[in-house]
Amino acid sequence: MAGASPTEYIGHHLTNLAAAVGQGPFWVVHVDSLIIAAMLGIFAFGIMWRAASRATPGVPGRFQAFIEMVYEFVDGQVRDVFHGDRSFIAPLSLTIFVWVLFMNAVDLIPVDFVPTVLALFGVQYFKAVPTADLNTTLAMSITVFFLIVFFSFKAKGTGGFLHELFTAPFGSHWALWIPNFLLNIIEMLSKPVSLAMRLFGNMYAGELVFLLIALLPWWVQWIPGSAWAIFHILIITLQAFIFMVLTAVYLAMAHEHH
Amino acid sequence: MNVNATLIGQAIQFAVLIWFTYKFIWPPLLRAVDERRKRIADGLAAAERGKRDLELSAKRADEEVAKAKERAQEIIAQAEKRAAQIEDEARASAKAEGDRIVSAAKAEVVQEVLRAKEALRNQVATLAVRGAEKILRREVDAKTHSDLLDAVAAEL
Repeated sequence: MAGASPTEYIGHHLTNLAAAVGQGPFWVVHVDSLIIAAMLGIFAFGIMWRAASRATPGVPGRFQAFIEMVYEFVDGQVRDVFHGDRSFIAPLSLTIFVWVLFMNAVDLIPVDFVPTVLALFGVQYFKAVPTADLNTTLAMSITVFFLIVFFSFKAKGTGGFLHELFTAPFGSHWALWIPNFLLNIIEMLSKPVSLAMRLFGNMYAGELVFLLIALLPWWVQWIPGSAWAIFHILIITLQAFIFMVLTAVYLAMAHEHH
Repeated sequence: MNVNATLIGQAIQFAVLIWFTYKFIWPPLLRAVDERRKRIADGLAAAERGKRDLELSAKRADEEVAKAKERAQEIIAQAEKRAAQIEDEARASAKAEGDRIVSAAKAEVVQEVLRAKEALRNQVATLAVRGAEKILRREVDAKTHSDLLDAVAAEL
């Protein structure tokens, strides 16, 4: 972005490609986040579907063995935190881990590459990392939140869940109902917010650091750039892993009786 | 940074991916891995069983060999005993046969001697009579002297 000031450069790179779908500030969609997320979803889950549909109980090929490794990893993690029927929570965890991992990995594409290429086609703004968009992470964490609520009702029954909302953690005395309820609501709401903010914050900050590095003279960029990229590989994997494990933990808590 | 309708789009995508994984990715992988785990367990069990069978049959084979050896020893001992017995029997029968032949020969010899003696006696009697006839030059009544002659013959 020759000619632009650093602030303009960073601001430009952190602006999503938006399209209005209705009236008001809410009815806007970030086309870049949606498209990249969809492409990565189709790609990653297409690969896994290919492996799964060809999976044989016999000697697995390298490709199948690799997918099975991911499967075993996720299943093992879920088994550690959740004791019960994993038939839904394990696939959910796999979905989260793989999708978030792929979306985070977009961060490793050089920051100027995608916007520059797309600028040739007249696309003005493009923020390629879907997880550096709060909408993506919040969408996932809210979905997880609804699943937590759903499984709480399912595991404890409506009465049991409501009873727990008002009586745990302090006690069942009537004077404690309101404090209990408030605390539980705060706790429940903090789960999706913390999930979304953690992932979003990490990826947004990562992106920002890459942008700052990109502002350095070209001949020195490679030193902090490669260092940060290597470190970022850890963050990408770790954040995907944390999102997955916390989801499993929250759903396990939803199944627990107090 | 602003939260907007992207949220809805991403949530839908997320839900679709969860559904897809739940429906099409997880079950086949689960099936394949479980099935393989079962096969491996079966294989290990079979190997264990095979090992045990092998040990068992080796033991049985050893027992059989030992038994066969014992039996062979027994047979050899029996055969040796039998051979000795046959030898003894053969020797005994040969000795008996020899004895029999010898005794038969002896008996025959005795017979021959008796027969020769008889013939000799008769001839001597005849010769004596003839000698007497010639000596006496007399007609000797054979009838009269036959008693005498018989007595002489008996004495011989």
